[in-house]
Amino acid sequence: MVDTVINVEELGKQYFIDHQRAKGDDLRHAIQAALQAPFRRQQWRGVRKIKEEFWALRDVSFSINQGEAVGIVGRNGAGKSTLLKLLSRITEPTTGKIRYKGRVSSLLEVGTGFHPELTGRENIFLNAAILGMRRSDIARRFDEIVAFSEVEQFLDTPVKRYSSGMYVRLAFGVAAHLEPDILLVDEVLAVGDAAFQKKCLGKMGNVVQEGRTVLFVSHNMAAIASLCTRALLIEGGRLELSSSPQTVIEKYLSKSRANAGVSLLERKDRKGNGRLRFTGVSILNDRMESIETVTSGQNISIVLDYDIHDSNTLHNAVVQIKFSGILGQPLFACLSRSSLRESFTLSPGARLLCKIPRLPLVPGMYTYTLWCTIGGTLEDYVSEAGKVTVAEGDYFGTGNLPSRDVGDFLVEHTWSAR
Amino acid sequence: MTPVEETVIEAGRPGRRYLQDLWRYRELFLFLAWRDLLVRYKQTVVGVGWSVIRPCLTMVILTVVFGNLGSMPSGGVPYPLLVLCGLLPWQFFATALSDSGNSLVSNSGLISKVYFPRLIIPAGGVIIGLVDFLISLSLLVALMIWYHWVPPATIALAPLFVLLAMATSFGAGTWAAALTIKYRDFRVIIPFVVQFGLYISPVGFLSSIVPENYRLLYSLNPMVGVIDGFRWSILGGQHALSLQSLAFSFIGTLSLLITGMWYFRKAERTFADVI
Repeated sequence: MVDTVINVEELGKQYFIDHQRAKGDDLRHAIQAALQAPFRRQQWRGVRKIKEEFWALRDVSFSINQGEAVGIVGRNGAGKSTLLKLLSRITEPTTGKIRYKGRVSSLLEVGTGFHPELTGRENIFLNAAILGMRRSDIARRFDEIVAFSEVEQFLDTPVKRYSSGMYVRLAFGVAAHLEPDILLVDEVLAVGDAAFQKKCLGKMGNVVQEGRTVLFVSHNMAAIASLCTRALLIEGGRLELSSSPQTVIEKYLSKSRANAGVSLLERKDRKGNGRLRFTGVSILNDRMESIETVTSGQNISIVLDYDIHDSNTLHNAVVQIKFSGILGQPLFACLSRSSLRESFTLSPGARLLCKIPRLPLVPGMYTYTLWCTIGGTLEDYVSEAGKVTVAEGDYFGTGNLPSRDVGDFLVEHTWSAR
Repeated sequence: MTPVEETVIEAGRPGRRYLQDLWRYRELFLFLAWRDLLVRYKQTVVGVGWSVIRPCLTMVILTVVFGNLGSMPSGGVPYPLLVLCGLLPWQFFATALSDSGNSLVSNSGLISKVYFPRLIIPAGGVIIGLVDFLISLSLLVALMIWYHWVPPATIALAPLFVLLAMATSFGAGTWAAALTIKYRDFRVIIPFVVQFGLYISPVGFLSSIVPENYRLLYSLNPMVGVIDGFRWSILGGQHALSLQSLAFSFIGTLSLLITGMWYFRKAERTFADVI
């Protein structure tokens, strides 16, 4: 039976932005205002009016079922953290209603309440109590926490003497052993070294598998994609989309990948000497017409326009277009040095053309990165220079494509039964 | 599976189950108080000894100033003993007030990251004051032995005055904490109140030296009744307890408590936003 554990109705949180802080909240002005108009509430309201209203979150409604792992995606300042703060009761909503069933633990930061003067052992107890564990539970899981965080040796050392890695491991160790019915997590996986992050992600995965309900804010799209069963996209304080992680991530990235919308000429974050600069990219079909959307299996050509700084012909050029998936994972590269025996000679006013027959990508969104060296030195590098949307296409001539979660690539093959 | 409880958070209707929450978070309350006590004397040489040394030094100074230089009447009691009986409840109040006043600001990291009934934080300040007080009682015992002072039967009532001191500290502490979080001016005001209070409370002198026509004004300070009462319970009848000042103190404490809670609960809703 599906059981709703969190139900949020028309939730809103309003803040007042004080434009003249100096004239606002200090004691002198509170007293002054009270003296000037001790009985007139009007005056008080008048004072408030210089403050601008700001809705950090507005009219958000959703419900979450038992055992769901829900990712919350959105840009900085979109209201994700406000949502978690409301859910965890740190602050009160201005409008709306939240209902939830069971015990909630919120993990908005690793090591909340850690005290630098206290030892590791003392901090485990303190932090666990702060995160809502009972003393008996802490005592029961103490050894597990210590083992997970790998700090046995330093249990009786004040944590102010810990390395930052040890500190984070201990803090996450405590957090990972909470046993709430609902867990709210805010961007805490972005800490520690790679190995530890992997361990944390694994632990999060276990929590999900145990059937706990998890709400998870992160900018790590790969983590959202692999851990969550659903995702919410929040933008400007409103709930934009509630759907599968794939769909939400794509929508989010297509909106927020600021650079992908910026034309190549305006990109300032390039690397390289700059004797050559890419100035434009277009994608052409078989008939050499420029197209917006390509389909799986289509023959495409990518045309690169460039500008040569001193208008001299450049020899020994190597060019590469690298394709990446939406999570930034590299997929394949078209490197001129590997497909072409000799290097390029580039003259001003010409263009580069890269043909890809039968594009082997499953439908989805991809980005490409451009790169060029002349005689071995980097001249231009534009990360995520643009994006390509690949639509459904008849790659195999059968009208069927494999499901996209089994991989990014389509590979020609034959099957037979003998 | 244990029955799952449902929580409803609704705009404009805060904490309908505040008392229940307070009870549920009692362990956290103890943990936080325990943390503050542990931290208090970490990396000090004398450690917990400070809880005794501090009142001891203050006692010496007050005895010299009021007893020797000022030649105040002592009512037949060794002056140091008289001072200490006023000083201990006063320092309890002072420590509790300063600690609770600062408590919310110094725990701002917690307040903006986890939920719990915020009231347990200033309450922790009172616990610290209380523990300090209990430790420093050993000084009083030592002094009583030194002067061969046999306390009268009224000493049995002393805990009542300690309770009253707790209530006063808690009332003032909740006010101080909630005000400090919004108006940091109180970080300056509170130490001043504490310093000033030492001289308008009967710490270094007996209430009997206060002129009759200032009595009423003087008794408005709720600590007057608390200190007079505590001293009376230990030093006995010579220092007849003024029922009037005790009643004042009681009313004062009660109103501090009630208004303190009221203001705290009102302000608590926005703590995480204004911190």
